[in-house]
Amino acid sequence: MEQDKILLKILRDHRENNRNLIHLLEKIQDAYGYIPEDTVYWFSGKLDIPASKFYGIITFYPKFRLNPTGKNTITVCCGAACHIKGADKILEKIRETLSLKDEEDTTSNLLFTVQQATCIGACSIAPVVILNDQVHGNTDSDKVVKLLKGFEKEDEFIGYI
Amino acid sequence: MTDPTIEIKVCLGTSGKASGGEDVLRAFKKFIQESGIEARVGSRCSYKTVGCRGFCSKDVLVDVIVNDQKTTYQSVKPIMVEKIVTDHILNGNPVPQWTATEDYDSFHDKQYKIVLGPCGEISPDSLDDYLKINGYKAARKAVTKMLPDDVISVVINSGLRGRGGSGFLTGKKWELCRKQPENPHYIICNVGEVNRALAEGNPHAIIEGLLIGGYAIGAEKGYLYIRERYHISVERLRTAIIQAKEKGFLGTNIFGSDFSFDIEFSFGTEAFICGEETALMESIEGKRAMPRPRPPFPAIKGLWGKPTVINNAETFSNIPMIVGKGAEWFSSIGTEKSKGTKVFTLTGKVKNNGLVEIPMGMSLRDIVYGIGGGIEGGKELKAVQVGGPSGGLIPMSMINMGLDYESLSKVGSIVGSGGMVVFDEEDCIVSVARFFLEFLQRESCGKCTPCRVGTKRMLELLTKITEGKGEETDLARLDRLSAIMSVSSLCGLGRTAPNPFITSFNHFKSEYLAHIRDRKCPAGVCKALITFSIIEELCKGCGLCKRKCPTKAITGEVKKPHILDADSCIKCGACYKACKFKAIKKV
Ligand SMILES: Cc1cc2nc3c(=O)[nH]c(=O)nc-3n(C[C@H](O)[C@H](O)[C@H](O)COP(=O)(O)O)c2cc1C
Repeated sequence: MEQDKILLKILRDHRENNRNLIHLLEKIQDAYGYIPEDTVYWFSGKLDIPASKFYGIITFYPKFRLNPTGKNTITVCCGAACHIKGADKILEKIRETLSLKDEEDTTSNLLFTVQQATCIGACSIAPVVILNDQVHGNTDSDKVVKLLKGFEKEDEFIGYI
Repeated sequence: MTDPTIEIKVCLGTSGKASGGEDVLRAFKKFIQESGIEARVGSRCSYKTVGCRGFCSKDVLVDVIVNDQKTTYQSVKPIMVEKIVTDHILNGNPVPQWTATEDYDSFHDKQYKIVLGPCGEISPDSLDDYLKINGYKAARKAVTKMLPDDVISVVINSGLRGRGGSGFLTGKKWELCRKQPENPHYIICNVGEVNRALAEGNPHAIIEGLLIGGYAIGAEKGYLYIRERYHISVERLRTAIIQAKEKGFLGTNIFGSDFSFDIEFSFGTEAFICGEETALMESIEGKRAMPRPRPPFPAIKGLWGKPTVINNAETFSNIPMIVGKGAEWFSSIGTEKSKGTKVFTLTGKVKNNGLVEIPMGMSLRDIVYGIGGGIEGGKELKAVQVGGPSGGLIPMSMINMGLDYESLSKVGSIVGSGGMVVFDEEDCIVSVARFFLEFLQRESCGKCTPCRVGTKRMLELLTKITEGKGEETDLARLDRLSAIMSVSSLCGLGRTAPNPFITSFNHFKSEYLAHIRDRKCPAGVCKALITFSIIEELCKGCGLCKRKCPTKAITGEVKKPHILDADSCIKCGACYKACKFKAIKKV
């Protein structure tokens, strides 16, 4: 029910405004944190646009996600300036700390999602890590692990509710 | 209200914020209020948050201005605030150990700031600040006193060329678009990562440039295409647009004329290809960002198939100055064919990292050693990558070359996005080329075959070489792929993707051959080609390496030389970094 309301509103906006599929997908992602498969088919049916067209856009842009996002997002900038200052080592360390395997980018308890950015233009303070919109400059593996640990602690209380 | 004679300016760009600028500002406000200093010195303090002034490695930067006397403090932390306020503001003695050093002065003195000038001085959130430095006067002059064709002539005569990589004469592009009979016309500002400081520090200049451009080409609608991730830029541009609308600088009947113009955001995504002009338009239209074949050029058939001008944000930032001060003034700066200045992000192994604006034609040496203060840790400069991922590597031997469109293209590089990454002796050139190729391969949109397959094959070959499995025939293959890609790819991404390889191979052939023939990485970077061992005579048996080793590959008793087992070594280099006696050998 709730879901239908959200989808209908997005559909109405889409029809009234510019019929831009990227905007439509952005709204779905804003509502759910990712793009659930059934919503794609729902819109595909309503708009008479093949689902492949949606998936073409979703898989093209790195910002669209087909899986749920963690509560916190940690983004490692992997541009050139960050790279030569060890961004890949930081990324490796984060993934190791969060026990992420192979293609996984989100922890199983949905606490963290790890992402890579191309260049975010903050090269003078490379290497850069962004934790929930807060930019951290001149980081290294140790500092980042501390950041992550800090968050895990804060979240420990969730279990008591 | 009396005029404040004490002003505190805190840098709150991306880097300033990341370094705790907001806490510093809060600390100033809190301490000044609590200590009642304003009453004691008899004047009020004003606070200003400013955008990035380029020297981000020393953030948080704070200016304390007492009676027009400006003192800049660097690396300010909240705990330093009390002393700065007491000593400096109350007692009139600046705190010498925290003031900006010579580096700060030499970093700025050698630059020529046109577009970056107001950044770090004025408050980006204040339209009044911008008006005080003659903001929107150029737009008023253009719209009320000049014909669109006159504006275009000024821009052509100034010699301004695109700052987003194309290097195309901006005025010519505008002229072509203006002539198109089909309506409406659109104008787009491409805000890339290097433009971050402009958007954060002086957003109104971009808006004014776009407004003048819109008037010149006959557009009523402008788009700001920007990546959502640059939050601060978006917020400041948004505020600027609202303020400009309130004053009637945007909207209908601007400056009392019959010209109307509005600006809308279009948010791009992370994808690198979205910066390419035709891919960008596809993305605004809600499709996959894949480049279109040219011709037709965007000036003839662009956004929604209509005549469109697309320029970089730095290009637009120059426009108000050019229209205001005239073409002659602008063309007196720079070289014969490259006029004006260019912003570069100076990063990598250079001492003073930051954002710099130089007159076109300044030598690479002056930038790296003059502005940048040389190489970090007194090491040797090896090469500089100019122009972003698909730029070229320029070796130390060519450090005296001047930077302008022509000279750069002669050495196989581009002005590109204005990225500048400095590499030192510890960087492996083959790995560097591989890194850029890896990036470009990932970002290739896959529409045209030369780029889709070419970047993949080039990456495989370069990886093979860094893994110590390269053959000399691989070099010939890389060469051939490069040649094909640079002529037959659909867009600039594929055409310039081979640049890092071509230029690095030209200048560092011996390093490629060392990887292939001798199976050695001279810089000691490629893991497959290096081994670590312990030099018995130098090892004091302190046990530090043993503790640092993640795989327990090092064994030995205290005070006796340790032994490193090559089979369990994963070559992470932790022992090499940890050893205080240089007893770990890396070959
Ligand atoms: C792969 C690729 C990425 C690009 N990225 C940008 C960018 O981030 N910003 C930009 O202004 N131009 C970028 N360009 C250049 C644009 O296509 C276009 O030439 C430019 O925006 C025109 O503006 P200008 O004439 O002011 O330089 C890119 C080009 C390519 C091929």
